[in-house]
Parts: sequence; structure tokens; C-alpha cells
Amino acid sequence: MSYQNPPTKPRHSATFDDYTLSEIRRAAATGIYDIRGGGAKRKVPHFDDLLFLGASISRYPLEGYRERCDTNVVLGWRFAKKPIELKIPITIAGMSFGSLSGQAKEALGRGATLAGTSTTTGDGGMTEEERGHSSILVYQYLPSRYGMNPKDLRRADAIEVVVGQGAKPGGGGMLLGQKISDRVAEMRTLPKGIDQRSACRHPDWTGPDDLEIKINELREITDWEKPIYVKVGGSRPYYDTALAVKSGADVVVLDGMQGGTAATQEVFIENVGLPTLACIRPAVQALQDLGMHRKVQLIVSGGIRSGADVAKALALGADAVSIGTAALVAIGDNDPRWEAEYNALGTTAGAYDDWHEGKDPAGITTQDPELAMRLDPVAAGRRLANYLKVMTLEAQTIARACGKNHVHNLEPEDLCALTIEASAMAQVPLAGTNWIPGKGGL
Amino acid sequence: MPQFDLSDTPLRELNQALHSVPEGSNDTHFEVINPRGSHSVAVGIDQPLTVEIKGNVGYYCAGMNAEATVTVHGSAGPGVAENMMSGTVIIEGDASQYAGATGRGGLLVIKGNAASRCGISMKGIDIVVHGSIGHMSAFMAQSGHLVVLGDAGEALGDSLYEAKLFVRGEVKSLGADCIEKPMKPEHLEKLAELLERAGVTDVKPEEFRRYGSARKLYNFNIDNADAY
Repeated sequence: MSYQNPPTKPRHSATFDDYTLSEIRRAAATGIYDIRGGGAKRKVPHFDDLLFLGASISRYPLEGYRERCDTNVVLGWRFAKKPIELKIPITIAGMSFGSLSGQAKEALGRGATLAGTSTTTGDGGMTEEERGHSSILVYQYLPSRYGMNPKDLRRADAIEVVVGQGAKPGGGGMLLGQKISDRVAEMRTLPKGIDQRSACRHPDWTGPDDLEIKINELREITDWEKPIYVKVGGSRPYYDTALAVKSGADVVVLDGMQGGTAATQEVFIENVGLPTLACIRPAVQALQDLGMHRKVQLIVSGGIRSGADVAKALALGADAVSIGTAALVAIGDNDPRWEAEYNALGTTAGAYDDWHEGKDPAGITTQDPELAMRLDPVAAGRRLANYLKVMTLEAQTIARACGKNHVHNLEPEDLCALTIEASAMAQVPLAGTNWIPGKGGL
Repeated sequence: MPQFDLSDTPLRELNQALHSVPEGSNDTHFEVINPRGSHSVAVGIDQPLTVEIKGNVGYYCAGMNAEATVTVHGSAGPGVAENMMSGTVIIEGDASQYAGATGRGGLLVIKGNAASRCGISMKGIDIVVHGSIGHMSAFMAQSGHLVVLGDAGEALGDSLYEAKLFVRGEVKSLGADCIEKPMKPEHLEKLAELLERAGVTDVKPEEFRRYGSARKLYNFNIDNADAY
């Protein structure tokens, strides 16, 4: 009896998977790397890899909906005459007008104000939409200095010196010409329709000693009233935090690699920086080593999605978190109701990230007036406020279960890790053990 | 005329006073003595004041100035008149790095030399340097005018946008996308005006060469990759 080899199933390479193959073909056809918005899409250790332990006998829980669990936070009281007081420990991250429509900026302002928190400008200056609708507005002082002026510095409630962001530590930005409307061009002092490069470093300082002098200049200009934040992308969090503190920062904003961006190279987003989870403990350690934990506040951002994420970041030592991508989703970005239009753009709701092209069907990451009109800033602001309040309630629920009457009382001892990687990064024990990689134990 | 002696008066008192001059006040002329290299002297002024600083200053003197005329009778450290909005800043001596960085308006006059990155990322300011400037000056400069009576260092105007550069002496090298352009009548006229405002009387506009953007890098093209 003859034996015929049965046909084998075609086997795709794990190295050259379908996405990789499509990227090679796209690069060969277009001659340019992929530019997109958003944050890292690859799976990295994240807050999902941590669990709260909750209270039993050794800890005593608080009654949900009955016993108080506070959420307020004061930011920037180290030097500033007028620190920031927020009702919730969740802020809205810097996102530029230019990248976002005016309606989107207004919606963010409305939502944050309803929830008792702050919004942040971005690379493009301050707009009336956001100043007018944000009760607390943080003004970003960016390497590009687009739209930078002392009047807006004084109109701000705090100043955030942006050194880097999580999606691209060490990298600048590129706003492609198709998004440069007359208004954006005017705000950025550049011709309409050309690509606008956002510098990767500040033009007039070159290191931590200069940064200290720069911060003092900003304080002098604003009569020492405004808290000064320093924002860094998560890459060397211990040293960057320490140097920010040394430079005089009132608040350190630390953005992990899942943090979004308006537009930069895919290869950068996916391959540079540290996961948010890995950033927090080194930064907190730096603050503790300097005796500045809780004196210089730490805001953590990059992939925060839920009250559980908020609670975990706070338990690891942050004073507050910041959200960007999640806020855009809350106001309507990537909403399935625009699925047909996302399909027409070659993508699907939930995966749309070509924000730089200015064709966002949701009217959020665009300067097209017809598309932007689709976003109702009042309704969208309401959605954002709802989302922020839900996150806060979730964090409170977890904190009460851990026996805390303030979300800031959460601590690493309330956590365990599901994986060795997360255990090592977050410096909390692997679930069911008291073992932290590198620290001994059972 | 209010006088502040920075050898025994805190900088904060000076800047607070400059920010707090009531409208209609007659005390709009200030004198600062013994600055001794202090940083952030006379920053953030937002009124048509006159400030005379007798001595050398450190970083960021007259930073973000609006409307005021600030004169440094000495040399200035890095970042003098950074992000200036309007008004005039005059440095009688030399200036260090990034003079006039990101400036949006007004006139910065440096009667000595300026170091590297003069006019970096300038956004509308006019800068006149009586002496020479260092390397990477006018890097990513967006608009405004940079006038140099002496020489320019390497990579002048690298990645330049729409700022106009006029150099009377030698240019060591031009940066990416920066080219020499013809001096047209309107440029000669503008240059003459700038020279006059900067107190330059013995030099003619015809002695300068003009440099600007080739605009080849304004939109990304893979065929220009060697220039990026």
C-alpha cells in the first residue's frame, strides 16, 4: 500500500506575521515610515497584572456608600502661592489644539470642570475654548514654544514644562500639512499646509542645571503664583524624577509608553520607553530618597482606563493620574456609530489612529470644520464628566475595601502581582507569596 | 528714578516692582546696579518701561519682554530676551547662547558678538548683531529677521522656515534647506530700517547677503532623506 503525505496547513511565521508583512509592503510602496497617533499597542505588563488584596481580618474594610473615602488632592504647594486643588485625583493630559478640534478641547474643558479637575493645553498654545471652559487649566511649556506667550502663562493655573512624553521619550512631533488650517497656522507662526516639526528638546536650555534656572525664570515671570510641573517620558524615571525635583519642580508628571501622542512614528511608539507600570516605583523611590514623597506630587499617565488603574497607580505611590486617550474615547473617539466611515478609511472603530490625517469621523482629531461640527461639546463634556466620576467611584470602592478613608492611603501592601514581570516592575509580591524578584522572600 | 541694587536687594523685589507699576505712573524708568550675573533680571515686563542694567547679567535677562526697553550695559548670559513679544532689548556687550530664542516680536540688538543658536526657533523677533554669531543660529527659525554685521558660524539657518537672514561677513556653512537668495529692493528697504533702529550708521544694506529657506523640506519626501 502506497502512502501519500497528507497536505500540511500553511504556516505563517511568528516573526513575519501578517501585520509585519503589511508594514514591509507599505514601507516599500510609500517610502515613509508609518506615522500615527495614540500610544503603544503592543502588550506590555500593565495594571491588569496587579490585584488588590482587600481586607479580611488583618485589615478592616470601610462600608461602601456609608463611610467616607476622600479623593481630593492638592498639587504644587512646594513653592507656589496658589497650588492646584482638585476634587478627584484624575487630570486631563495635555493634548494640542491643532491635533484636536476646538470642539474637542471645549468638551474636555467642560467635562473636567464638571468633575472638579484640570485640563492641560498642548503643543499649539492656549485656546479660548479650553480657557473659557476649564476651571483649572495647566499651560504646557513645550520645546516647540508654539503659541507661547506670557499673557497665557499668567492666565494659566499651573505651568507644565514638557521635557518628554511617554509615546516618544527623546522624540519630537510632526503635524502633517493637511491638518494645518488657517487658525492652526496662525497660532504656530508657520505657513499653512506645511509639515510642522515639534522640536525634541527645548531650544534655550540644555540640561538639569539650565532647567533649574528656566523654572526660576517662569516663577519670576508669574510672580511665584503658579505651580510648575515637569513632564517626562518614562525611560529613566529614577534619575529624571530626581533631577526634576532638584530643578525645583512642584509636580512631576511621568508618562509611560502607553501614553498617547498626536502623531509620531509607529516604530518610536512601540519601541522606545518603559511601560507605565515599570515607571512608578523608581520615581517614587527617587522622591522617597530625597525626602520629597508627597511634598513634590507625582502624576502618572499612560494607559489609565479605569478606577482600578487609578487605585493601583495611587497605591504604588502616585498622587494623581492623568488620562488622554481614555478621555478622547469618552467624548466619542473611535465610536462604533461611525463604523462605516472608519471602514471607508481602511480601519475600524477601536483601531483608528491616523489622527494626523485630519479625517476623524468623530470630529475630534481633526481641523475639518464639517467633521468637527459633529462633536457636541456640551454632550461630550457630560460624557467625560460621567466617565471621570465613574473612575473615581471605582477607585473609592477599592480603597474602602482595603480599609482606606482616602484614596491616597492605598499602599503597595494592598497589592499583589499575577506575573513575575509585574511583580518585579511594581515591586509588589507575586500573588500567594511574599516574594518580590530581586528582594528575597519565600 | 527707582534704583535697585542687586547686591543687597533680592531679585524678586525688582521683578515684582517691574510687574506692579500702576498705569499712568511717572516712575517708568528703572535702574539696576550690581546685577553681578544674576539670572532672570527684568523678566516678564508687560508695560512700556525703561530699564537700565549697569553690569553683566546671567540667564534669561528680559525674558518674555513685552513693550519695555531694556538695556544691558554689559554682557548677557544664555537666553537673553527669550520669547520676547515686543519692545526693545539692547546688549552693549556680548550675548551667550540662544539669544532671542523663540522670540515673537520686538527688536533685540547685540552690540558685541552672540554665541551659538542665536535666534533659534525665532517666531517674529528682529535681531541685529553688530558682531558675529556662533553655530546653529536661526535653527528652525520661523519668522522675523536676523541681521549679522560680522560672520556666522556653521549650519546657519538649519531647517529654516520663513525667517529672513542677512549676513555681512562670511558664513562658515549653511544648514539643511538654507540657501542664499537674491537681495530684492524690499529686502534692502527692510534691512535699512532694521540697521537704523539698531543704531548702525556706518554700514550699507548692499553689503549684506540674504539667506532663506529653499522650502524643499516643508513636506516630507523620502527622496530628501539625506537632508533629514
